[in-house]
Amino acid sequence: MPGQIRESAITSLPRPRESTFALGLRRVLRKPSSRVALVILGTIVLVGLIAPFIAPYDPAAQPDIVGLKSLAPSLAHPFGTDPYSRDVLSRVIYGARLSLTIGLLATLVSLTLGVAYGATAGYAGGIVDAVMMRVLDAFLAIPRLLLLLGILVAWPQLSVGALILFLGLTGWFGLSRIVRGQVLALKHAEFVTAAQALGASRRRILARHLLPNLISPIVVAATVGVAHVIVLEAGLSYLGIGVPQPLASWGNIIQDGSDQVATLWWMSLFPGLFMVLTVMTLNILGEALRDAYDRR
Amino acid sequence: MLGYLARRLAQAAVIVAFVAAISFALIHLAPGDPFSAVMDNPNVSESVRQTLRAQYGLDKPLPEQFVRYFGQLARGDLGWSFSHDRPVLEVLDTALPNTLLLMSVALIGSFSLGILIALVQVARRGSVVDHTLSGLTLFLFSMPDFWFAILSLLAFTYWLPIFPVGGAVDAVMHEYMGLGARIADRLRHLTLPALTLTVLAAGGIARYQRAALLEVLPADYIRTARLKGLTERQILRRHALRNAFLPIISIIGLSFPALLTGAFFIEKIFAWPGMGLAVVTAISSRDYPLVVGGVIIGSIMVTLGSLLADLLYAWADPRIRDH
Repeated sequence: MPGQIRESAITSLPRPRESTFALGLRRVLRKPSSRVALVILGTIVLVGLIAPFIAPYDPAAQPDIVGLKSLAPSLAHPFGTDPYSRDVLSRVIYGARLSLTIGLLATLVSLTLGVAYGATAGYAGGIVDAVMMRVLDAFLAIPRLLLLLGILVAWPQLSVGALILFLGLTGWFGLSRIVRGQVLALKHAEFVTAAQALGASRRRILARHLLPNLISPIVVAATVGVAHVIVLEAGLSYLGIGVPQPLASWGNIIQDGSDQVATLWWMSLFPGLFMVLTVMTLNILGEALRDAYDRR
Repeated sequence: MLGYLARRLAQAAVIVAFVAAISFALIHLAPGDPFSAVMDNPNVSESVRQTLRAQYGLDKPLPEQFVRYFGQLARGDLGWSFSHDRPVLEVLDTALPNTLLLMSVALIGSFSLGILIALVQVARRGSVVDHTLSGLTLFLFSMPDFWFAILSLLAFTYWLPIFPVGGAVDAVMHEYMGLGARIADRLRHLTLPALTLTVLAAGGIARYQRAALLEVLPADYIRTARLKGLTERQILRRHALRNAFLPIISIIGLSFPALLTGAFFIEKIFAWPGMGLAVVTAISSRDYPLVVGGVIIGSIMVTLGSLLADLLYAWADPRIRDH
């Protein structure tokens, strides 16, 4: 019964002039909540982009380790200073830059891997698919944070680049399962059979006929994925094995104040607020995108 | 049902075996000797070094090491924790009950709270209440665990000192208390960490449950119930909730990794003496066997959790087990 419906839907739907992707985006932007989210997220991204121009102080400078140490928020230092006399506002601004960059790049790595793995498994089918999926089950059984702990503890003093790589390497399992399902469902669609009949190669079918149909789930996964990486990076930095210390990431700033949470409350509160705003807006957009595409 | 059980058990066993292989790879992909931090440490005695080398057979070829490692794991030997100077399994074994206590209280709490929120939302769908609660659950869902835990520690132990700052019991007085006072002391220490984890997890569950309820509402049997003249409340309770319970069972399994990860941070922040605290403390002392042991035990817990959820699901829905 469901197969019948799907088939008739594919053959009877007129080809939309606009791509489903663009159509989805327009639906998302029609919602007030996603517009607000976009403005907030855009502002935070902008803050990260122009960090050197708006940060009142050098985020790494320790001007007076005695006199300016651990100051509560004031006009001169709206977010206070940390135990090394660094300006927390400047560090939060630079933190936006670093945390967002890490989120984006790591997600890019995950997307590439997830799509490649999922598409291969789904298209190959049979025993290859079965084995690939069992391996995936095992990776999915290890909570991502634990997997990262296991990796990062072994490599003390990792660079940011390596951290991005590992965050990306541990984030593609869920997406590849979705991609595999989609490919599996589309593999026998009529347009694929037609392409095969016309003599198209496997690679061409994957790239030209299947991938475009995967854009919607990929975009959703990417949006939510960036949010996830930001939280993970902050958590790892908080545990002291994320971003290497003198650099400012939101998690690092909170880590700097974690010994005296009660007295240095501004060091957890402000970076955390930025983090929650970023993650929440990304989740709102991700959910709106999902709704827009699922409607069909 | 028995066939299904056997299949599902075999699957879980394969997953655990893969996890062991992955942990082996973790140990051996690390640069140099995985215990170089220990080996170079002047505080580590020669005998511990010998034990470590022998235990991991670091001089043998890799395939042989793998077989050894696998055999040790199968016997429940997770290696030696040098920061505790005890077997890893022993360290985790003493900590595990505390983690399980925290997680099970939070599991029950967050499902009750999450389902309640979703029911209120669906009963008044589209209203201001619904939208406000949606915003709230999304806020909770987006909340980094550790930050929320820090805030709740700040709020309820420093600014409004209702709860003790940390630990599972009063470090000094607990030994001198009577039975009733001991239980009260434990509860006082458990409340805030458990509540924090509950609230954190409830956000996602409420969102999922609301979607599941909205999905069953257009069903024919709901329309029938409505035509029979049942009130909206009766429909929700008797027809919608009962059918939306299936997805609830499946997210019990799915919520396990998040609960476990949340417990790790919460244990650290509230100094709750569980597995998370043990592993997180092991990070700073670079106690690698303990961290990897935590990864393995954590993964086994997640696997068992999803196995349990699947079995519950099969028990509740005959369509699954007959396939």
